[in-house]
Amino acid sequence: MPRRLLRDGALVADDWHVPSDAELRDDEALIVTFAEWQADRERWLARSGRLGVMLAPADEVERLVPDLARLDLAGADFPGPSEGRGYTQGRLLRERFGFAGELRARGAIRRDQVFFLARCGFNSFELPDSELEGAVAALATFSAAYQPSNDLGLRAKLVRP
Amino acid sequence: MYRYDTVDRTLVRERVAQFRDQTRRFLDGEMSDDEFRHLRLRNGLYIQTHAPMLRVAIPYGLLSSHQLRTLASIARRYDRGYGHFTTRQNLQYNWPRLEQVPDILAELAEVEMHAIQTSGNCIRNTTSDHLAGVAADELEDPRPWCEIIRQWSTFHPEFTYLPRKFKIAVTGSPDQDRAATLVHDIGVHIVQGADGERGFRILAGGGLGRTPVIGQVIREFLPRRHLLSYLEAVLRVYNREGRRDNIHKARIKILVRALGIEEFTRRVESEWLLIRDGRLELEESAVERMRGFFRPPAYRHLPDIDPAAGKHAAFRAWYRYNTVAHRVSGYRAVYVSLKKPDVAPGDATDAQLDLVADLADRYAFGEARVTHTQNLVLADVEQGEAFELWRALDEAGLATPNIGTLTDIICCPGLDFCSLANAGSIDVAKLINDRFDDYDYMYDLGEIEIKMSGCMNACGHHHIGNIGILGVDKSGEEWYQITIGGAAGARAALGSVIGPSVPKHEVAESIARLLEVYVDHRRDDERFVDTVRRLGVKPFKDRVYAATAAA
Repeated sequence: MPRRLLRDGALVADDWHVPSDAELRDDEALIVTFAEWQADRERWLARSGRLGVMLAPADEVERLVPDLARLDLAGADFPGPSEGRGYTQGRLLRERFGFAGELRARGAIRRDQVFFLARCGFNSFELPDSELEGAVAALATFSAAYQPSNDLGLRAKLVRP
Repeated sequence: MYRYDTVDRTLVRERVAQFRDQTRRFLDGEMSDDEFRHLRLRNGLYIQTHAPMLRVAIPYGLLSSHQLRTLASIARRYDRGYGHFTTRQNLQYNWPRLEQVPDILAELAEVEMHAIQTSGNCIRNTTSDHLAGVAADELEDPRPWCEIIRQWSTFHPEFTYLPRKFKIAVTGSPDQDRAATLVHDIGVHIVQGADGERGFRILAGGGLGRTPVIGQVIREFLPRRHLLSYLEAVLRVYNREGRRDNIHKARIKILVRALGIEEFTRRVESEWLLIRDGRLELEESAVERMRGFFRPPAYRHLPDIDPAAGKHAAFRAWYRYNTVAHRVSGYRAVYVSLKKPDVAPGDATDAQLDLVADLADRYAFGEARVTHTQNLVLADVEQGEAFELWRALDEAGLATPNIGTLTDIICCPGLDFCSLANAGSIDVAKLINDRFDDYDYMYDLGEIEIKMSGCMNACGHHHIGNIGILGVDKSGEEWYQITIGGAAGARAALGSVIGPSVPKHEVAESIARLLEVYVDHRRDDERFVDTVRRLGVKPFKDRVYAATAAA
């Protein structure tokens, strides 16, 4: 049974795979790490399925930019609960580099982080099953914001009209 | 002062609901200690030696009488009847119960207060000059800018998990700098540009703690509409590149040092170029609206008088040491001393907080400020009412005439409360107070700052004390390392260690010897710190340790 994840505010079955998944078909959507992407770029590009790349905290967003147009998914890995570089990676991908595909957060994240992650442009979250229901509600933790970010719909006080 | 609108009010209430849920999940066992730690820290809640400690934000140190009464009421009902004012202008409760913290936050929210980002690796409370708006040397009131920064930094989605904590201080009097901006991650100075336009000088990389560093200028002049985009650029460079592998090397000062100030500045500037004309650009009308919250109160037209003339000595001493000049004639800014000899520096009881609220209403337009030196200020007092005010403060133990003198000690909670501390600091402050109880001698010594921390995290700012005292643990015993020559302010400097640390019972005696050297060698009105600068450490060191060797 495919894992569930939170995407665009709803709980859905994850239609993406990782290289270690068994019996992976060539046309199935595949997420690789940026390290894997760099090591074997041509091989991944030769696949017929959709492609996604996850950045590790130290990976520079800018190095993925030339390939963004080929990707349906990008994202950030959060290896530990105090890791915060992914928030900047998300904002840059969305706001500076105009990435419009699925932006995924993965790793040591819980419902308590999804609100801020969403404000940084993430729309898809891999979470433990026990966190999923709470995470849906957590997307509405705050109904306003002070600073502009790339989320829409929140009334932000410091934004120029 | 700033008043919440519906957005501010909604946000703090939603924060209370969020934290209530997080606390419930922790207490119900749905969340581990470690998971909860990251969340509670971002809400000012530490687990301390005896009990949780809750740090309440006091934005740039400004309080209304209404807020003071709520702080008093919380101290009375949820704590043991007192609170502790910190060097970052906040208030700490040392004895709340974890399960009651959401209720405390709910009460704070009703008076437009919170504990958001008062700890954790995020942007902390923005601090400023406690004489903002009343100091004669001020170019412009920094508080509207502080509030703009407060709003920008509150729940900033990108900077909630920084490599380490991040502190910003703003001053409108950079030549005096009562906000210690040179030892902050970012210091913001309001300055006048070449063509008369007001803007900011931006400093970065200052900080105390284990590796004390004086901040350096990264931009001499920033047009004011760009304040937030520039701060965002600094924070973004720090969030991306600051070290996360070693907690002791994670502050921005380490990044600045590793890259060099020029390369760091270049990276900030190139990031800023990409965002400066974006949505963070401040409109003049928005700034003007913010200024509207900090307009001067309705001062009366009064001549300057000398209320001390003909009054008795105790009032004269208090008026001289605990009040300072005001930019408006007929007024004084009055310090409420929280440095009574037998009380922990910075502590205030619920009754004292209530009294200060009443006095603020009666004499100071209903407002008070917290200083980073852990006192309070009533900023707008008519000179003609100073005597009555003094009598009320004196009765409550809030008129110790020692502001700026030897016993106006800055002091962290130390081993008595803090789980990080190596050694006690409150009891050492008491020993110093016991030793120097002669006011004539203290006044003769003049302006001198003793700052004391119970561990190298330096909450007591010991590096920038004229005399700094650092508690160290020596095989389970409390010892103290002494530095001299440190200074806060526009000429901020880090003190030099005078020699090996001394045991607790020798701290006051060592200070006495340092002061002897000063008295022997000072020229005219030279302050202690200037004598140290002129002579260097050696004569001081010789006296302190020679005596020990002889004994």
